[in-house]
Amino acid sequence: MSDIKKIALDGFWKQNPGVVQLLGLCPTLAVTTSVINGLSLGIATAIVMALSNGSISPIRKFVPTEIRVPVFILIIAALVTIIDFSIHAFIEPLYKALGIFIPLIVTNCIVLARVESFAAKNDTVPSFFDGLSMGLGLAMVLTLLGALRELFGKGTLLSGIDLIFGSSASNLVIHFFSGYQGFLLAILPPGAFISLACLIALKNHIEAR
Amino acid sequence: MFKDHFRKVSITASTMIIFSLVASAALSISYFLTKTPIEESDARAKRMFLNQVVPSNLYDNNLVKDTISVEPNPLIGNKKNIDIYRAKKNNQVVAVIIETIAPDGYSGEIKTLVGVSQKDKILGVRVITHKETPGLGDYIEVDKSHWIKNFDLKSLDEMGEKEWAVKKDGGDFDYVSGATITARAVVKSTYKSLLYVKENKKRLFAS
Repeated sequence: MSDIKKIALDGFWKQNPGVVQLLGLCPTLAVTTSVINGLSLGIATAIVMALSNGSISPIRKFVPTEIRVPVFILIIAALVTIIDFSIHAFIEPLYKALGIFIPLIVTNCIVLARVESFAAKNDTVPSFFDGLSMGLGLAMVLTLLGALRELFGKGTLLSGIDLIFGSSASNLVIHFFSGYQGFLLAILPPGAFISLACLIALKNHIEAR
Repeated sequence: MFKDHFRKVSITASTMIIFSLVASAALSISYFLTKTPIEESDARAKRMFLNQVVPSNLYDNNLVKDTISVEPNPLIGNKKNIDIYRAKKNNQVVAVIIETIAPDGYSGEIKTLVGVSQKDKILGVRVITHKETPGLGDYIEVDKSHWIKNFDLKSLDEMGEKEWAVKKDGGDFDYVSGATITARAVVKSTYKSLLYVKENKKRLFAS
């Protein structure tokens, strides 16, 4: 049990992929223009990471070390494609919300990083849990990043929530300033770097105290 | 020595081959299992958009059944024969709906439906599928922004070729900075589909 606790703590705080490991930044920075976008990509990534860690761990003993990376990449890519197909075919509403993010995940090196550094050395259950908590830790950072950028860029929070929960949810969108013209820098890629830097600084500040 | 080495290499190589075969098999199986449901879900999405590009009070026929098949044409970007939907009222064709493919999106093709009235005016444009960057290039979706409605009621008569471009290129259409390529691709493909309707007017609107 304490193992699981440690894994969760690593994923959410100590080794958080978003603000400590700084892996998988390419899709991260491009997509986090709003809370909903960040959260959606985060959840999709967490699903893929949990499944790829969980499926690679049981076969790790059959993979010779020399070719482990190509084999891992092969498995991750196949898995992502299968998840993409299945969601598109059987869970259409979810595909409309998350589908656009799934192909982005193949390019995300955090998935391979966790497989290589954790699943290749540990048993199936802890590996699955590591993927899940790393993924959720990333989702947390993406959501915060999305919130910062959306707040400064558009003056709203939760815009686009109706795409996930149906049009009845559209009144959950929070508008902070009326007639806010928007601050384009926050929405554009440089805004992503600046916001991420603020988050990292905040984390280090909390740790230093 | 050589024998040992050879043994090791062949084991490594065959492991790689086995994994590739298993992965390919898993992919093909899931492809075949999901092919029909995916096509159905795309067809449902398309039907939903049909009524957005041509308002349903304009016609009284069954759009999905009333189609003509047209051969590949660079103006609409289709590589295979494609169905054009025809909206009729009292057996007169009042509008056609063309599925166009913009090959030059930021990351791949952008498929749109363009509804054109018999007066050569655009009734509506909707994006069916695209792979543009989420949060940046996806403003072309009607769910995300009203940008796509800029095309409503535009025509070739009222706007010259130069105006059929994004503002950055001296044209008439807005765009989101950072995702100009996306807007450019959609404006261009919409313009070309109007040209296509003009060139094939007789055939498309024959009742």
